[in-house]
Amino acid sequence: MSAEPPILEATDLFKTYTMGNVEVHALRGVSLTVSRGEFVSVMGTSGSGKSTLMNILGCLDRPTSGKYHLVGREVSKLDRDDLADIRLQVLGFVFQSFNLLARTTALENVELPMIYAGVRGGERRKRAARALERVGLGKRLDHTPNQLSGGQQQRVAIARAIVTEPKLILADEPTGNLDSRTSLEIMALFQELGRSGITIVLVTHEPDIAMFTDRVVLMRDGKVQSDKRQTPTDARAAVDAYEEAPP
Amino acid sequence: MNIFATLRIAVLALLRNKMRSFLTVLGIIIGVGAVIAMVAIGEGAKAEVQKAFDAMGTNMLVVRSGSSRTGGVRGGAGSQPTMTWEDVDAIRNEARGVALVSPSLRQSAQMLGDGQNWTSSVEGVNTDYFKIRGWTLQYGAAFTEVDVSSAAKVAVLGGTVSDNLFGPGANAVGSIVRINNMPFEVIGVLARKGQSGMGQDTDDVVLIPVTTFASKIQGGLKKYLQGSIYVGATSAGETKLAQQQIEELLRVRHKIRAGADDDFTVNNLAEIASARQEGTETMTRLLAGIALVSLLVGGIGIMNIMLVSVTERTREIGLRMAIGAKPGDIRVQFVIEAVVLSVIGGAFGVALGVGAAKYMASQFGWATLVQPQIIVISLGFSAVVGIGFGLYPAHKASTLDPIQALRFE
Repeated sequence: MSAEPPILEATDLFKTYTMGNVEVHALRGVSLTVSRGEFVSVMGTSGSGKSTLMNILGCLDRPTSGKYHLVGREVSKLDRDDLADIRLQVLGFVFQSFNLLARTTALENVELPMIYAGVRGGERRKRAARALERVGLGKRLDHTPNQLSGGQQQRVAIARAIVTEPKLILADEPTGNLDSRTSLEIMALFQELGRSGITIVLVTHEPDIAMFTDRVVLMRDGKVQSDKRQTPTDARAAVDAYEEAPP
Repeated sequence: MNIFATLRIAVLALLRNKMRSFLTVLGIIIGVGAVIAMVAIGEGAKAEVQKAFDAMGTNMLVVRSGSSRTGGVRGGAGSQPTMTWEDVDAIRNEARGVALVSPSLRQSAQMLGDGQNWTSSVEGVNTDYFKIRGWTLQYGAAFTEVDVSSAAKVAVLGGTVSDNLFGPGANAVGSIVRINNMPFEVIGVLARKGQSGMGQDTDDVVLIPVTTFASKIQGGLKKYLQGSIYVGATSAGETKLAQQQIEELLRVRHKIRAGADDDFTVNNLAEIASARQEGTETMTRLLAGIALVSLLVGGIGIMNIMLVSVTERTREIGLRMAIGAKPGDIRVQFVIEAVVLSVIGGAFGVALGVGAAKYMASQFGWATLVQPQIIVISLGFSAVVGIGFGLYPAHKASTLDPIQALRFE
């Protein structure tokens, strides 16, 4: 490992919600360090705290206590505006339900984060088109979400996540709404992005998906139960195998 | 984040819901249209009143002889002639603020011309009279100082008289008109002014030199003037001064003691005109007030739609926040959507209002006046309505929790 600081370094994160009179301890001391270029999956059953962890890692929420450094910056105490800036400049999000704007073309969907970043029109379109080409949708720039398949919609969402050249992509069950074959293709795309140097943290509850990542963090009852490195399965090869012999 | 990108986002969002956007805009269209049409009608009525008074003559004062008193019975104004021909000259030469003076002797007379007859008024005046009353000539020319001093038998016909004697629109210049069986040469026809503010046909008149009137119609010059004196003030602002000057002058000339009643009256038409103006002004304000209420209702419609829109687009708001939109960006977007709705509504409302004003003008013969500033004011007001009623929904949108918003179904 080089002396380069980690992309994210979370130390002893606690998160407590109050629901009515009941205190819910969603996170009970989670520490996690992710280095540049890693492809990490966070696994766990529902209620394990993995979604809460994602929200904090994604600067959508703040921990009750603990420290969270993102690209060397302590972000756990920042206000809403500063968190929005961090999300804009450092993070890219991919969601289970794609969250594309309806009746809006793929190109315009991908342009969206750059509008908030203040990128000018011509430059914006150029970069959005390049990002769509990178996810294999170079010929569908003008398609609206209802003209695209689920897999294609998720590709548009991935293009939207990478178009701002983020340091870290957070993917929340990105294959949850896709069939097995399309899931493999999306994982192959994530692996390609990972090879190009983007750090990816992916939340899933499917071991079949986690096997394509470099490292599996298993959450249970608000704590990290295990954190194992592994040799990932090649998703592209899995796609090819699937084509030759569908199970 | 630049304003054009935001504007584009707002317009695209509105286009995604065309029908709803249209219905929202309709409220504003009707509101703005009503304001403009109502104010246009009010302004038109004001202009109509102004025109009626202009037709009678601007800056005009009318001096009449006072009332007679026989025993305890008092006659009306002009029942006792008290004004002399010297008074006319005195007003012209001694009163300040007076630019034009003309006596006006008037009598009903039988006119004959081109085989037709017509009973109308014949009025003896001097050359100033044309300017005082604002008369212009359709054909020919007015009579001159020479005509007046030589008591020439020349006549200038009003449009109605000309129509009745020589046919509608005919150029009667050069024809002979017989007034009480005396031949006069027609030297001019007056351009029409239509009805006066009091509903009289101002074109039903024949003007002849006052000297001719005195010698031929009235039968000899008398000491007292059997009519009125028309005075033109130097400007509209000077009519008050001219009125005071004439009153003081005539009291001295008629040797009226302090405290005694005037034996003459001076009517200031500018005052009557301004009183009427105020009446129409009040009406305009009332109409505009009612119209503003409908604009307000339109604004509440915008708020309603924007609130629905915020709820419906909760996920979209969550997504925008997740990819880096600040709460301020979200607020600006929703305010701009509201403003776009209200300004588009305002623009169509202006078109509707102007159209309605024009239609009513042509259909009912009302005068309507669309003033540019009322367009600017109602557009500005509709933008303010948009901002005002868009702020609360926008605030609501910007304070959403992105996590909750993304999970919203």
